Amino acid sequence: MEGNSPRGAEHQPPVGEALDVSKTFGETRALLNVSLDVRAGECHGLVGRNGAGKSTLVTLLTGLARPDRGSIRLAGAPAPSLADRGEWLDRVACVYQRSMVVPPLTVAENVFLNRPTGDARSPFVNWRRMRQQAHEVMLEWGFDIDVDQAAGSLTVEQRQIVEIARALSIGARFLILDEPTAALEKAAVERLFARVRRMREGGIGVLYISHHLEEIYDICDRVSVLRDGELVLTGAVSDISQPNLVAAMVGSAPSRRATEIEAVPNRSGLGEERLAVTELKVTSTGGSVEGVSLSVRAGECVGLVGLDGSGSVTLADAVIGLIKPQSGTVKVLGRPVPPGKVDAVLHRGVGYVPQDRHARGFAPQLGVGENLTLAVLENVSRGVLGVVNFKARDRIAQEQVDKLQIVAWSLQQPVSSLSGGNQQKVVVGRALAPNPSVLIVVNPTVGVDVASKEALLDAMRKARDEGMAVLLVSDDFEDLRICTRLLVMVRGKVAHQFEQPPWDRQQLIAAVEGLELVGAGDPQR
Amino acid sequence: MPRRDARHLALKWFRELPLVPVIVLVMIWGSIVNPVFLTSSNLTDVATGGAPLGLVVVAETLILLTGKFDISLQGTFGLAPLLGAWLIAPAASEGLGTQWNPWFGILLVLAIGLAVGIFNGFLVIKANFNAFIFTLAMSILLTGLQLGWLGGRTVYHLPEVYIYLGSESWFGISVAVWVATIVFVIAELFLRYHRVGRAMYAIGGNLEAARAAGIKVDRIRIGVFVVASVLAAVAGLMVAGRVTVATAGQGSNLIFGVFAAAVIGGVSLDGGRGRMLGALTGVILLSLVTNILTLSSISSTWIDAVDGAIILLALGVARLIGTERA
Repeated sequence: MEGNSPRGAEHQPPVGEALDVSKTFGETRALLNVSLDVRAGECHGLVGRNGAGKSTLVTLLTGLARPDRGSIRLAGAPAPSLADRGEWLDRVACVYQRSMVVPPLTVAENVFLNRPTGDARSPFVNWRRMRQQAHEVMLEWGFDIDVDQAAGSLTVEQRQIVEIARALSIGARFLILDEPTAALEKAAVERLFARVRRMREGGIGVLYISHHLEEIYDICDRVSVLRDGELVLTGAVSDISQPNLVAAMVGSAPSRRATEIEAVPNRSGLGEERLAVTELKVTSTGGSVEGVSLSVRAGECVGLVGLDGSGSVTLADAVIGLIKPQSGTVKVLGRPVPPGKVDAVLHRGVGYVPQDRHARGFAPQLGVGENLTLAVLENVSRGVLGVVNFKARDRIAQEQVDKLQIVAWSLQQPVSSLSGGNQQKVVVGRALAPNPSVLIVVNPTVGVDVASKEALLDAMRKARDEGMAVLLVSDDFEDLRICTRLLVMVRGKVAHQFEQPPWDRQQLIAAVEGLELVGAGDPQR
Repeated sequence: MPRRDARHLALKWFRELPLVPVIVLVMIWGSIVNPVFLTSSNLTDVATGGAPLGLVVVAETLILLTGKFDISLQGTFGLAPLLGAWLIAPAASEGLGTQWNPWFGILLVLAIGLAVGIFNGFLVIKANFNAFIFTLAMSILLTGLQLGWLGGRTVYHLPEVYIYLGSESWFGISVAVWVATIVFVIAELFLRYHRVGRAMYAIGGNLEAARAAGIKVDRIRIGVFVVASVLAAVAGLMVAGRVTVATAGQGSNLIFGVFAAAVIGGVSLDGGRGRMLGALTGVILLSLVTNILTLSSISSTWIDAVDGAIILLALGVARLIGTERA
C-alpha cells in the first residue's frame, strides 16, 4: 500500500472495465452497449432506478454471467473464463445486496471461505493460522470483530465487514458494493464511508451502487447513470448537480422534488386521539424500549426516528403486537388492546407495513390482487360460507393499484415477479386497503427507486390528509417529509421532539446520534 | 485465563453435545429396569446392533449438512446386500445359482451403492428434483425390487467372506463396531479439518455464498450423495452378516430412526449446522433406549409408542440445553 495520492493512478489500467457490453434475458433487454471503467483509487458511483440494469452489470463484472456482446477487462487484462471462479475472485470482489455470509461458520472461516489457510496447497484447514490471519486482516483495516464468533450472531453491518474483509484479504483491487447501506443505520453508514475512503487511498477501485443520491455526493469521485439498460450519463460528481442526476435517472418524466425537505401544512384541525402509548417498556435484543409514551391524532403523521437498536422498530413491533411488552398500555381509539396479539390489534383498525417485506410483507407466489386484499377478505366474502366475491375483491385491489401506481400487467401477476419498488407498493397497499384508522409503517422506502418512493410517500400523505393517524418509523430523512411531528429515540427513550417543520438536518442528525443539541430541543430557527 | 478458557471450552462441549446428560439418565434408568442392562455383554450387543444404524446416520448427516436429504438410503441398505447374496449363494439356499466369487458379491454391493448415489445425486442436484419426493420414490422402488426379485424368500448359507463384517470380532468387539467407529472418527475429522468438509458446511449454510466463493458446489453435493449411498450399502452388508442371511424387507422403516438420531444429535434439517459427534450421541441414545425397552417388561406392541415418546423427550431436552434448533 503506497501512501501517495491515488489520483496519480490515472495512467494505470482501470481495475475493472466493461467495454460495450450488451445482455439480454429472454425478451428483456437488460443492458445495451454499456461502457464503464473503474480506476484504481477511485470510488465510482452507479445509480439507476430498479430494473435499470445495475444488477446485471454487476453479474457481468463479477463473472457470474457472460455478456452477449462486448467484453469485460480486469486490471487491464481480458477477464478469465466463467468456470475459473478463483481467477475472478483474485481480481474482483463484491459485497452483494444479499448476504454472502455463511451463518453457522465462524467469522474467521467466512473470511477464508474456500481458501487455503495452512501451508501451500494442503487440503486441510489450519485453524490456528486461519484465526490469526483473519485477526490480522481485521486489525490492518481497523475492523473490530471477534473472529471466533459465529457469523450468524453478527449485525448486518458486521456481516458486511466480514464480506469486505474477505475481499480485501484475497487482495482484489476492484471492489463492488451493491447497495451496501440499504440495511445500515446512519452511524454505520458513516463508518462504512470512512472504510471506503481508506480503501480508496490504498489504491483500490470501488464501484458503489446506491439509491441514496446524497451518498454518491458524499463518497464518489465519478458517477454513472443507467436507465433502461443504457448508460445515459457519466462524469465527475462535482460536475453534475443533483437535479441533473435525478433527471438522468428518471428520464423524460417530470423531475419531482427528490431531495428538498418539504414543508408540511400546519397542524390545525387535527382530529381525536387515535393511538395512545403509555409508559411502554419492552425488552428486546433488537433494542429495548425504556418507558415511552406517545400519541397520534387523526390527520397527523408522527415520525419516529432512531438508530438501529434505539428501540424505534421495537416500539412499532410492540404496538402491533409482534412483541409482548413488559409493561405499559397501548390504546387504539381510546380502548386498550390486549398485548402481544397481532390479530386483535389489526381488527381494531390498525394497518401495518412491516420492516422486512420479504419475510412478513407478502405471499410471493400469490397475485397482486390477492395480496392487496389479504386484510379485507372478510369484507369481500359473502354469507356464512365466506365465499369470496371476486368482483368486489378486484375492485378494491384495482383502487390500490391506481392509488400507488403499481406497475403490473394484471392483478393476477405474482408479487414475486415485481420489482422491489412495486413489491413494497403492494405491501403498503395491503395495509391501506381496509382504510384503517391508524397506520403503522416501518422503513417503507428501503431499497426502492426514486419514483416508487415518491408514489409510496404520496399515498401515505394522502391517507394522512384524509384523516388517518400515521406512525412512521424510519431513519431515512426523505421519508420524514410527510411527517407533521418528529420524535427522536435514543437508547430506548424519546430524547427529542421536533414540533414544527421544516426540520433542520444538522439538528436532527445530532439528536439521532444522541448528541446534546445546541440551542434547545425545539428548532424554531 | 487458561482456566477460564477451559471452563468456556467445557461449556461449549456441553452445549454442542446436549444429549450426553440424557444418555447418562437413560443408563441409570436402564440399570434400574433390568440388572442385565449394565453388563458388558449387553452393552457390546447394543454396540453391535447400533453399528449399522450409526453408519447410515453418518451417511445421512453428510447429506443433511449440505442442505439435502436422502430417504432412499434405507432402500440401498436393503437391496445391495440382498442382490450380492443372491448372486453368490447356491440355488439350494435360495441364491440364483450363479455362485459368484464372494468378493465379487462385495464389490457388487459397493457398486450398487455407487450407482444409486450417482443417480440420486445427479437428479436431485443437476436436474433439480425435490430431494424429498425423489428419494422417497427411489426408496419405494428399491424396496420393491427386493420383494419383486426374491418374494418372501431368504438367502442363507452365505460365504464367510461375505458375512465377515457382521459376524467376526476383533479383541472381543464386533468388526462392525470397529468399522463404524473408524468411519465416525474419519468423518468428524474430515468435516472439521478438510477443506471439502468445511465447504460442505458453507454449502448448507449459504449456497449462494459458497458458489460465489468458488466452491464447486454441485460436484461436492453429488459426491456426498455417492459416499452416503456406499456407506448405506456397507451398513446393509453388516446386518446381513450379523444375521447371516439376506432378507427382502431389510431396512424398511430404518430411515426414520436415522433422521431421529441425526436431529436429536443436533444436526439441522436446514443444512449447515451440526457435528458428527452430536449425531453419534443420537445413535447411542436411540440404541440404548431400544435395548432398554426390549429388556423391560413393556409389552412389545407398546414399544414403538414409547420409542416415539422418548424421541420427543430427547428433542425437548436437546432444545433446552443446546444452542441449535432441534
